[in-house]
Amino acid sequence: MARLPQSPEALIERFGPRLAEAPASGWENRDPDRLVKTHCSFCGLQCGIQLKVKDEQVVGFEPWEEFPVNRGMLCPKGVKRYLQGGHPDRLLSPLVRTDGGFREASWSEAMDRVVENIRRIQGTYGPDSFALLSGASLTNEKAYLMGKIARVALRTKNVDYNGRLCMVAAGTASRKAFGIDRAANPWSDIPLAKCLILAGANIGECFPILTDYVWRARDQGARIIAIDPRATPIARSADLLLPVRPGRDSALLNGILHVCLARGWVDREFVRDHTVGFDQVEEAVARYTPERTAGITGVPALLIEKAAEMWGQAATGMLLHARGIEHHTKGVENCLAAINLCLATGKIGKPGSGYAMITGQGNGQGGREHGQRCNQLPSGRDIENPAHRQVVAERWGVPEPSIPRTGLASTEMMEAIHRGEIRGLLSICFNPIVSLPDSDYTRAALEKLEFFGVIDLFMSETARHADVVLAGSMQEEDEGTVTTAEGRVVRIRKAVEPPGEAREDWRILCDIARQFAPWEKFPYSCAEDIFRELRHVSRGGPVDYYGITYARIEEEHGVFWPCPELGHAGTPRLYEGGRFFHPDGKARFHAVEYRPPAEDVDDEYPVILTSGRVVSQYLSGTQTRRIGPLVQQYPEPLVELHPKLAATVGVRTGDRVRVTSRRGTLILPCQVVKSIRPDTIFIPYHWAGEKSANRLTIRALDPQAKIPEFKVCAVRVERAS
Amino acid sequence: MIDPEMEFYLDPSRCIGCQACFHACAECETHRGVSMIHLEYVDRAESVQTVPVVCMHCEDPACANACPADAIKKTADGVVQSALQSRCIGCSNCVLACPFGVPRYIAPIDQMMKCDMCYDRTSAGKRPMCVTVCPSGALTFATREEIEAKRRERPMNAFVFGAQPVRTKVRMMMPGAGPAREVDVEALTALSGALADLMEALP
Repeated sequence: MARLPQSPEALIERFGPRLAEAPASGWENRDPDRLVKTHCSFCGLQCGIQLKVKDEQVVGFEPWEEFPVNRGMLCPKGVKRYLQGGHPDRLLSPLVRTDGGFREASWSEAMDRVVENIRRIQGTYGPDSFALLSGASLTNEKAYLMGKIARVALRTKNVDYNGRLCMVAAGTASRKAFGIDRAANPWSDIPLAKCLILAGANIGECFPILTDYVWRARDQGARIIAIDPRATPIARSADLLLPVRPGRDSALLNGILHVCLARGWVDREFVRDHTVGFDQVEEAVARYTPERTAGITGVPALLIEKAAEMWGQAATGMLLHARGIEHHTKGVENCLAAINLCLATGKIGKPGSGYAMITGQGNGQGGREHGQRCNQLPSGRDIENPAHRQVVAERWGVPEPSIPRTGLASTEMMEAIHRGEIRGLLSICFNPIVSLPDSDYTRAALEKLEFFGVIDLFMSETARHADVVLAGSMQEEDEGTVTTAEGRVVRIRKAVEPPGEAREDWRILCDIARQFAPWEKFPYSCAEDIFRELRHVSRGGPVDYYGITYARIEEEHGVFWPCPELGHAGTPRLYEGGRFFHPDGKARFHAVEYRPPAEDVDDEYPVILTSGRVVSQYLSGTQTRRIGPLVQQYPEPLVELHPKLAATVGVRTGDRVRVTSRRGTLILPCQVVKSIRPDTIFIPYHWAGEKSANRLTIRALDPQAKIPEFKVCAVRVERAS
Repeated sequence: MIDPEMEFYLDPSRCIGCQACFHACAECETHRGVSMIHLEYVDRAESVQTVPVVCMHCEDPACANACPADAIKKTADGVVQSALQSRCIGCSNCVLACPFGVPRYIAPIDQMMKCDMCYDRTSAGKRPMCVTVCPSGALTFATREEIEAKRRERPMNAFVFGAQPVRTKVRMMMPGAGPAREVDVEALTALSGALADLMEALP
C-alpha cells in the first residue's frame, strides 16, 4: 500500500519544498577553499561551471571560461544551482514509512526492507513483477548500472527511464534514418550554417546558451526559421516564424519539402549516392502543396514557401529540434519528416550542414545509451538482436538466455501496475507523479503497489508514496561522466561528500545488486571502475566509448563518441562523406503521411493545450522548486492565452481561469499575450498537485517510441469565479 | 583601471529574458546577494522582448548630479560607482533622475545600489559577471575591433530624451543598415508588432 502516510501539508512541513535563498556559508564570508570544475546538472548542454566549496559545502559558483562549449555562459538555473548545497530539505538518512508518516532508519534496516520485498514479490508473482524506474539525469555509470542490475541481478525485463518523456522519439527516428542515435553535428557547426530551422525548440528558455550559437550564425548572415505555436524568445528575433497549430508538424515539414522539390532545390546526387527510399517520400510530399499544408497547419502558404526558399537555396543549413515536435503520438514521424528535409537537400554530414535533436535532460544523451531502457542493452545494443545479446552476455559473463527480453516502457508501467502485472517498484531520479501525463492515473497506480522504494536526494512528490526512501547523492557528490546533447562525454566531479548518512547512488545500487548476484558481477570500488567496464562492453558496439578515459576527458574538455580506440580523436561530426551507420552505409528516407493528434478539439473541448518549460525551472521541479531566486522568477504556472481567446473567455491578465480536459481541471492565473496562437493555450509543467499541468494531459503514446503527447490535448477554458 | 580598449556593449535584440545576468550580479562577492541590475519586459502583452538594464555609465551622470549627498562618484576610467555607503542618505533622487531607470532604492539597507560595471572584476582584467554568464551575447565586453568584426549591428552611445542629449560609456547596438544616428527613445516606444500581427491574422 503506497498511499500517502500523512497529509500533503504535513509532508511539506517536514520535507519541503522550502526555499534556499542564501548560500550555506552566508554571504559575508564565502572565500572558497577550492573551486571544482564540473558541469551544470540542469539540461543536456551540460555547461561547464566551477563550484565554490567552503567548509565541505558547495556555497557558490565561478564561471568556467575555458570550457569551450559555454565559455562561462550560464542560465539562471546554472547560476543558482549551488543553493542546493546545505539545503534544509536534503534527505540525510534512509526513511521508512510508518502508519503516520516516515521515520529515520538505519541503512541496514532500510536495505533489508528493499531486498526482502524484491524477493517476496518476485518469488510470488515472477521476476517481471518487480520493475525499476530510472532517470536521464543520472551519470553514464549509474545508467549502465541500472540496466545491468535489472538484467543480471533482478532478472526483470521491466526497467525503463524518464527519457521516455524526453528524447525517445528523436532517438527512434535517428536509428531508423541514420542507424545511430546522436545529434549529427557539434554545436560549433551552428555558426557555420547559412540557414537554421529551429523546430519546436524553445532554445532561449530550455537551452539558453545555444542562443549564442544561433545569433552567431545570424551575425554571419544566416536566416533563422522558427517553427513554434508561440513566439518564444528565440522566435521573436527569427527571420521567419511558422506559428504551427500544435500537432501538425509532419504536415508542415512535408509542405516545406514539397516546395523544395517543386523548385528543384534537391541534391539529387547526394540522394542517389547516399540514401534509400526517396521515391516514396517524393510521392508522399507531392500531396502537401502550400495551400493544402496551410489548411492543415494553420501556417499561411506564403510563409511555407518563404521557409522553403530560405532552406532550399542556402549553401549550408542545420535543422535543430526539441520536444516541440517530439512530444506527439507521431513524434517519430515528425522527426523523420525533419530528417527527410535534411537528406533531400544534402544538408547533412558537412561543416554547417546537419541535424540535431537538442536533448533536454542532464544526461539525456548518455542516459539513453547504456542499457537502462526496456528495449536496449548497453552501448545502444538492441535487446532482441541475437548478436547483440551474445556480445553483452559474454562480456557480462552470463548465459545469453538469462538476459530478459523487451520490457515495458515507463509510460506503460503505470498501466501494468493498474493491471496487477507489476507489484513492486524501485525508482531513482524520476518524479512520475509530476512528469507523466494524466497525474491522477499515475497516483492511483502508485497507491496500488505492494512495495515502492525510492532513491532520491529530496522528498519528491512521488517519494512521498514510498515505503522506503534511500537518501542518495546529488550530482556534485559523486564522480562520473555524462554525455552532452552534442555527443561529448564530459566529467562530473565530486565537489563534496554526500551529507549526513546519505550515500552515493552507485554504492546503494551495488549493495542491492550484490544481494541478488555474485559479488564479482558488481565488483566496483569507485565510479571509474564502472566506466572502465562500460567502455569494454561498448567496444565494437553502435555506441563505442572504448577509446574514452577519464584522463582523456579532462585533458581534452570532453571526447565525442564514437571513439573506438585510445588513439582515436573522437567524432564530433557524424556522417561525413555521406557515410551512415546502416550496414550499406546509406541513410533511409521514410515517407510520412500526416495524421491528426490523438485528441483533437471539438465543441466540448474547443481549445488546444500545449505544455513546456520555463527558463527558471527544470523538469518536475524536485530541485528547482527548492531554490528561492528561481522560484521568485516565475513562482507558479500561468495559463498563456491570446487576447482573442481571452476576450471570448472574458478574462484579463491576472484573472484566474478554469482549464478542463477529459482528465481533470486546473484553476490558475492567466497571462494574456499576443505571442501565442489564438486557438492554443500554454501551461508550463514543472509543478505538482493543484498546479500540475499533467493533470490535464493525455495518456496517448507514440506507437514506436512510447513518448506521450504532452504537446497536444483538447481543453475547455472558462473564467473561474 | 579597466583596460581602455575594452568596451561594454548592450544589444536587446539578442536578449532572451532568461535573467542569468540579474542572478549572477547578486553572486559577485562585493554584492552579497543583492543584484544591482534588472531585466524588464518591454510590454509582455505585445511581445516577449526583454531588456537587461545595466548602468549605462553616463559621461555626465544625472544620478550623481542629482545626489544631494555627493555619494555617487565617477572613476577616472568613466565608471559611475554605486552610492558610497557612508554618504548615501537613501533619498532616491538618483532613482528619479536617471533617464535609463537604473538605480534602485534598497529599503532594508536604506541605500541606493546600482551597477558599477563589476569594477572589482573589470579593473582586474576580468569581464563583468553579467556579461560572462549572458547566454545570448546581449551583454558583451570586448574591444571595438572584436565587436566590429563579429557583429552586423553598430555601437552607438548618444541618446536623446526629449531635448536632453546623453552620452554614455556603455554602447547600445543598433541595426547595421543606414548611418549611425542617435537613439530617439520616444520613437522606439512604439514597438513593431510584426509577430503579434501575424498571430492575430491566423486562421
